[in-house]
Amino acid sequence: MTARTGAPVIALLASQLRADDKRLLEALERRRIGCEHADTRAFWGDPATPPHWRGVLNREIGQVRAAYAARTLELFGVPVVNSAEAIEVCGDKWRCTLALAGAGLPLPRTALGLTTESALAALDAIGYPAVIKPLTGSWGRLIAELPDRRTAESFLEYVADRSSPQARLAYLQELIDKPSRDIRAIVVGGELLGATYRIGPGLRTNVALGARTEACVETPEITKLATAAAAAVGADIAGVDLIESRDGRLLVLEVNHRVEFSGFQAAVGDRVDVAGRIVDHLVAMAVQW
Amino acid sequence: MNNCPVCEIPVAMPAAPRLSEILECGDCRSELEIVATDPLLLAVAPEVEEDWGE
Repeated sequence: MTARTGAPVIALLASQLRADDKRLLEALERRRIGCEHADTRAFWGDPATPPHWRGVLNREIGQVRAAYAARTLELFGVPVVNSAEAIEVCGDKWRCTLALAGAGLPLPRTALGLTTESALAALDAIGYPAVIKPLTGSWGRLIAELPDRRTAESFLEYVADRSSPQARLAYLQELIDKPSRDIRAIVVGGELLGATYRIGPGLRTNVALGARTEACVETPEITKLATAAAAAVGADIAGVDLIESRDGRLLVLEVNHRVEFSGFQAAVGDRVDVAGRIVDHLVAMAVQW
Repeated sequence: MNNCPVCEIPVAMPAAPRLSEILECGDCRSELEIVATDPLLLAVAPEVEEDWGE
């Protein structure tokens, strides 16, 4: 593949380079694909100036910047993975829930309260204990367990006092009685690369909070749910979180658009080259374009 | 060897450092960013923002 202008053909868009981003750049370089790190902090676009890239791997860590950059690049038809639409859906837990529910996927019972009063009414319907999550954000930040109505009333006072209108909405979910683990499945181009357990005590089994990762045998059910969830949100590259309830159900929690895969890669070893698969998917899209 | 701008302890550098690469100080655990490669220069990485994540 050659550039139209002699410039690098693939951009990795990110404000900083973390371990996974370096792996992706190395995978591009191993394939001798002309590539560059495009620093989002220096990125600007206008509707009259097409970019010189033929494909963009969107690894920007800030969801707002990632979505706006993708929207700008997509104006010119440049393949961007993940797309602005996928980032916007995955970056908003309620939009993600609606997309997953619309695809008929099994989910924990979930509701959105638009005010403190409606959130309390929703919690009465869901039952306690329940979980409240911010609509945006990641790594388990600001996720809290609500054991009873009294705690919910107190917590919702803090939510109502937040500065942005969106942050004052209450994303509420039944607390699933689960083993001390959840499942992270990675899907690229509609295909399941593999799955891992994320094991840790408590409600939040995020690797960022110290959960450890172990390989998980991919069952047909994991494959079916993970690929369907990625398709439902339109994500070419997806980190799908699944939980097992003690009564035997496998439920979809959410889909992440900017997958962190260091823990996953360590757990699955040489069986899957995550960075290589992501890069190959993007390059295939860029070649077709 | 470059020193951590927070605790001033030497930070182990990768074999092929890249501009904007994030490192962690092995001593104080501060997140650091490579802000120049020739010569190498480390700065404290930006604070996590509300919409950061996966």
